[in-house]
Amino acid sequence: MPKRTDIKSVLLIGAGPIIIGQACEFDYSGTQALKALKEEGYRVILVNSNPATIMTDPDFADRTYIEPITTDMVEKIIAKERPDAILPTLGGQTALNLAIDLAEKGILAKYGVEMIGAKLESIKKAEDRDLFKDAMRRIGLDLPKSGYARNMKDAQRIQKRLNFPVIIRASRTLGGSGGNFAYSAAEFKEVVQAGLAISPVHEVLIEESVLGWKEYELEVMRDHKDNVVIICSIENFDAMGVHTGDSITVAPAQTLTDKEYQLMRDASVRIIREIGVDTGGSNIQFAVNPRNGRMTVIEMNPRVSRSSALASKATGFPIAKIAAKLAIGYTLDEIRNDITRETPACFEPTIDYVVTKIPRFTFEKFPQAKDLLTPQMKSVGEAMAIGRTFKESLQKAMRSLETGSFGFEPKVDLSEAKRPESLAIVHEKLTNPNSQRLWYVGDAYRLGMSTEEIYQLSAFDPWFLEKIRELIVTDQEIEKCQGKLAELEEPTLRAWKEEGFADARIAKLVGASEATVREARKHKGVEAVFNSVDTCGAEFEAFTPYLYSTYEGADESKRTERKKIMILGGGPNRIGQGIEFDYCCVHAAFALKEEDYETIMVNCNPETVSTDYDTSDKLYFEPLTMEEVMNIVDRERPDGVIVQFGGQTPLKLALGLERAGVPIIGTSPDNIDLAEDRERFSALITQLAIKQPANGMARSYDEAFKVAEGLGYPVLVRPSYVLGGRAMQIVYDGEALQNYMTFAVSASPEHPVLIDKFLDDAIEVDVDALGDGDEVVIGGIMEHIERAGVHSGDSACSLPPKTISQAVQDEIRRHTVALAKALNVRGLMNIQFAVQGSNVFVLEVNPRASRTVPFVSKAIGVPLAKLAAKIMVGRKLKDLGLTREIIPAHVSVKEAVFPFNKFAGVDTLLGPEMKSTGEVMGIDRSFGIAFAKAQLGGGVRLPKRGKVFISVRNEDKASVTPVAKTLDDAGFEIVATQGTAAYFATHGVHCEVVKKVQEGGPNIADQIKAGDIALVVNTPEDARSHADSFYIRRCALDYAVPYFTTIAGAEAAAEGMVYLQQHEFEVKPLQEYFAPALP
Amino acid sequence: MKAILALADGQVFHGLGFGADGDAVGEVVFNTSMTGYQEILTDPSYEGQLVAMTYPQIGNVGVNPEDIEARRPFMRGFIVKDYTAQPSNWRASQPLHEYMAAHGIVGIQGIDTRALVHHLRDHGAQDGVITTTAASAEEAVAKAKAAPGLVGQDLVKNVTCTEAYDWNQGMWQLTGGYKQRDGTSAAKRSRKGSFTAPKYFVVAYDFGIKYNILRNLAESGCQVRVVPASTPASAVLALKPDGIFLSNGPGDPDAVPYAKENVQQLIGKKPIFGICLGHQILGLALGGKTYKLKFGHHGGNQPVMDLTTRKVEITSQNHGFAVDTDSLIGAAQLTHVNLNDNTVEGLAHRELPIFSVQYHPESSPGPHDANYLFKRFTDLMAQHRGS
Repeated sequence: MPKRTDIKSVLLIGAGPIIIGQACEFDYSGTQALKALKEEGYRVILVNSNPATIMTDPDFADRTYIEPITTDMVEKIIAKERPDAILPTLGGQTALNLAIDLAEKGILAKYGVEMIGAKLESIKKAEDRDLFKDAMRRIGLDLPKSGYARNMKDAQRIQKRLNFPVIIRASRTLGGSGGNFAYSAAEFKEVVQAGLAISPVHEVLIEESVLGWKEYELEVMRDHKDNVVIICSIENFDAMGVHTGDSITVAPAQTLTDKEYQLMRDASVRIIREIGVDTGGSNIQFAVNPRNGRMTVIEMNPRVSRSSALASKATGFPIAKIAAKLAIGYTLDEIRNDITRETPACFEPTIDYVVTKIPRFTFEKFPQAKDLLTPQMKSVGEAMAIGRTFKESLQKAMRSLETGSFGFEPKVDLSEAKRPESLAIVHEKLTNPNSQRLWYVGDAYRLGMSTEEIYQLSAFDPWFLEKIRELIVTDQEIEKCQGKLAELEEPTLRAWKEEGFADARIAKLVGASEATVREARKHKGVEAVFNSVDTCGAEFEAFTPYLYSTYEGADESKRTERKKIMILGGGPNRIGQGIEFDYCCVHAAFALKEEDYETIMVNCNPETVSTDYDTSDKLYFEPLTMEEVMNIVDRERPDGVIVQFGGQTPLKLALGLERAGVPIIGTSPDNIDLAEDRERFSALITQLAIKQPANGMARSYDEAFKVAEGLGYPVLVRPSYVLGGRAMQIVYDGEALQNYMTFAVSASPEHPVLIDKFLDDAIEVDVDALGDGDEVVIGGIMEHIERAGVHSGDSACSLPPKTISQAVQDEIRRHTVALAKALNVRGLMNIQFAVQGSNVFVLEVNPRASRTVPFVSKAIGVPLAKLAAKIMVGRKLKDLGLTREIIPAHVSVKEAVFPFNKFAGVDTLLGPEMKSTGEVMGIDRSFGIAFAKAQLGGGVRLPKRGKVFISVRNEDKASVTPVAKTLDDAGFEIVATQGTAAYFATHGVHCEVVKKVQEGGPNIADQIKAGDIALVVNTPEDARSHADSFYIRRCALDYAVPYFTTIAGAEAAAEGMVYLQQHEFEVKPLQEYFAPALP
Repeated sequence: MKAILALADGQVFHGLGFGADGDAVGEVVFNTSMTGYQEILTDPSYEGQLVAMTYPQIGNVGVNPEDIEARRPFMRGFIVKDYTAQPSNWRASQPLHEYMAAHGIVGIQGIDTRALVHHLRDHGAQDGVITTTAASAEEAVAKAKAAPGLVGQDLVKNVTCTEAYDWNQGMWQLTGGYKQRDGTSAAKRSRKGSFTAPKYFVVAYDFGIKYNILRNLAESGCQVRVVPASTPASAVLALKPDGIFLSNGPGDPDAVPYAKENVQQLIGKKPIFGICLGHQILGLALGGKTYKLKFGHHGGNQPVMDLTTRKVEITSQNHGFAVDTDSLIGAAQLTHVNLNDNTVEGLAHRELPIFSVQYHPESSPGPHDANYLFKRFTDLMAQHRGS
């Protein structure tokens, strides 16, 4: 049956902000779905609060609502747009939960909207653990024994049947939030309590432990004619017990015989039928007992998922796109396979390579959190690599992570003297899952442990372990060749490269430079070739150039004679470098296609739109290392390479590439370096007569103190060349500086530490601008809500600025133009200013795409990244129609979203080190309502009434008083601890006194837990009362009470709250905001 | 040990030997299954062939005593990219190379199998040799050129059983392995699962039959007598079967005229079900023609549409020849078609209870989507019993 004609319009629900467990894979899936639906001629309406997505670009849907994804807001959208159908299976758990709510509240029925892609009943059957288990039992499948509780008593009763350890999972949460093991009664109680609290339905599942079992996933698709295909099998390297998002995973499954695999396949087919997913994709997880093959079903996601994005990239089969087409009535046999063109999509991809995904963690951002992997997901991104063998793909994935690893570098001291200590460390690291465990396997072999011993500790399948053992053997052989690089013959070098050894790793082991190794192997004819990802193991011709490198005979990359531009992507997501940079890279690809260039994308992040084979003309799924990028450059000889869009990742390569003669287009690497290099930059600033905070640079420990004392405390310290404020701190005295220099960074001549005078109580401003060599146009001026000192990525901001005077804004504009011209910016540039009174200081200049580019683009209705890419190939701003700054009549607010709830015991305070994972945007006609929308988009529902608890440090008492007064006048009840209350009393704020935590009960924490507090305002205090305030903040977080830890944030919130008392939210699509600009 | 893979057209690949040493000559084909190399290795249809696996990691799960499709492996030689000598699987009893060595199967590893597949895809399947004895590439190519080729060769006689036998094993289960028929000594010996008494008596021509066909037939309620390929039709009818099964097997259907002749005598007498070579022989017996495909279908992911239900099944396939659709117009109707290249995948007689498929509903290895066909066969037998 062809597509449905009874449906004319479809509402697609996005996934909202990037959070742990729900990242840009849903931009990838949503964008594919939008393209598929538009292609079929449907009118498409989109709602997503995340401005950094490609899907929210106004070109992708007919109506694009950047609005909070909540039931009431989406109801307003439905009422306004009256879609025929709603498609909720491409926006992660967020969209699915919302769809359930819309259906159960009768909203879909009221407006006659049909849910397509999945039925309510099916979603509930898959999501509700009880219903799911019943369903599995009905079709005769094995499950871990379990029971399910809504209170402690029931929980304990269930536990008695199962012994320890047991696993406890909270119902209906994302990324396994609230899931954990308990090994004892005490632990059990704690975990159950937390799980009940975090579950939106106050329900936990207590389950037989399948810890140490092998974990598998199958990606399944079904159409309404009941054709079912398996797209990909995935085997987890980490055994059960580590969330699959935190596991290293390998496709296809490696250690199943056909009989066992077919059992799993049969089970998957039965499951998707029983659950009733009529059209679309699902992900089904299994655990297999390694001793006897017993196979149990773990769970099913009746929607596309992180794993389906991985499976799509791993096989070349675009699951989300096909899922969208199935949802509107097509069957699998009616859809062509894009890659082979001749064959249908109704088949099961077969691959002739191995895919490895390794998650990327950011424990360094949360020093109070333990690097311990559990069923609760903690990783913030992932890298995927493709190789002809597991060994090659594993080592490529390791260097794709960009954590400084180029292979199995030792983690412990391997000397004979330290052996006992090292063995003890290795034992501990193998036993307790952690982000570095893979590398400790290498050390275990180096220390002489056997595969069996390592297996007993880690539960890594011996097949994987043996492959690592072989890699370590080679690693040691390479080391024996120290100083003998020139003597090595072709077969040896080729064998190393075939095993996936990086030039950098070989260089380190033989004691040569990476460039020398590269030269040596190329001299012997050992060069990378490129194979294509073709879904069919080369059985049919592939038409889509989706390529990976390997070391074999034949090359399939087929260089064309077209003019070509290569775009270097951003690699794995991490805090500080995420979807925003991918957004820019994708725009570069779109823009240059329009300019008739062949576009070549290089990236290794499977979650992204940039690694969709549809995005650019050619896709190289490769690590973003000098070695791999140069391999592609050698093959393609591009006319230009873009390094300014992918964040710090490609920038780090820029100078090296330029030195190798690669044509970098846009702002020159030398000028990028000029902006990054403090000394060169200071000289420039001085010459332009622009102020910057007094600063200095320390190349040693002693120098740091001299500089700091010269500037006067507080100072802001950080290592040079960082993104996301890595290791950036405000230091208030010598003792703190000593601490920082000892524990946080080690200064050296190559890696100096930057020290700035910290500007107290300054307002920070972000500016994005475009330069074409002649003209400079400002994209947007954003005023931060939080004061300087909070990382710009973590601060909310407003465009246009909220409080900054016209005079100051004009000064900012002048500085921006002057700097852009001085740096000869061709493309994008971002500047951070601090405004203290009427003084404007430059904090930082980055002549490249910034995190705010997508936000600004959406706020002003101009795709800045796209224009920037066109400028880089020679177009001028005036040809592109952007000649002056656009100052919108509406207000756009960006708010950051944080992962604190995933890390137990971590403080929620904001500082110069970035901690947010994502962002949301609120747009409306005034600041207060836009801010409230942004809060709501980020999951914070500002209260309209109730008790507001205020507890601030002494310095903040005066500035918080007007906030308290506003709320008091608006009918909120103010609650404060003794000190703050006394202050308020003398300043005319009505206030109730509540006990501090250490004053005994009932205290403020009890009130928060009891749900009596509607909002918490709390700023950090000095060390003495820190514990108390930390406890309050953590309580607010754990009990989901809105909280603000800065005065500026509280001010903005108060404005929003007062506004909300008098107004309803309204919804409006981007297309209406910019209607006059459209033809 | 160094080994060479040479093709008759002069293409040469260097690798390392594994399994047995020596020379293996045969037609080089590729298989795209990602699992099930042990079943492939023991599939008699690979008699006379050297098989290259497109999936690069082979040997991962070793071999076990259960996953066999015939009394011994028949494949001549095995071509892989990356061989693992230390298997990891709870059922593994020995590494693959030991098993191959024990059965004299020559293997070569470290081959750019993707380049090989490209070559075969573009130039067609052709003869080749895996050799650990050739001193030079030229010598290896000469050996490949000297290969007899598949066309016109009766390979069935190499693989068929010499004497008839009865089959009593059912399907494999995760716990307990293969089921055994109640009342058999094997069922008494083991505590494995068992299954009930048969309802139908089937005579199965062994042209190189895969055990899993027999297991499926047994599980579907058939008592099966397996007979040698050359058994006369009269002898088969004398056994008074409810139905006759024509098995899979190696090589060129035109090279086994005796099979075609026997089948011609059986048409109209009993319900007949054929698989793979059995399907081709049936096609010839019905007056059709067969032809050689450029590089055949060998893998577990081929989409086939059942034209009666319009549903698609993902099938396991292994054939180098196919039945020509046009040649059968009038005699039989097309029931199944391959969605990749529109070749014939199934046919049925217009009046008589006779049908066959080109692919492998018994899978092993491969998906189980098509095993409904065994029921279709027993249903036919039920309808025509005693007629």
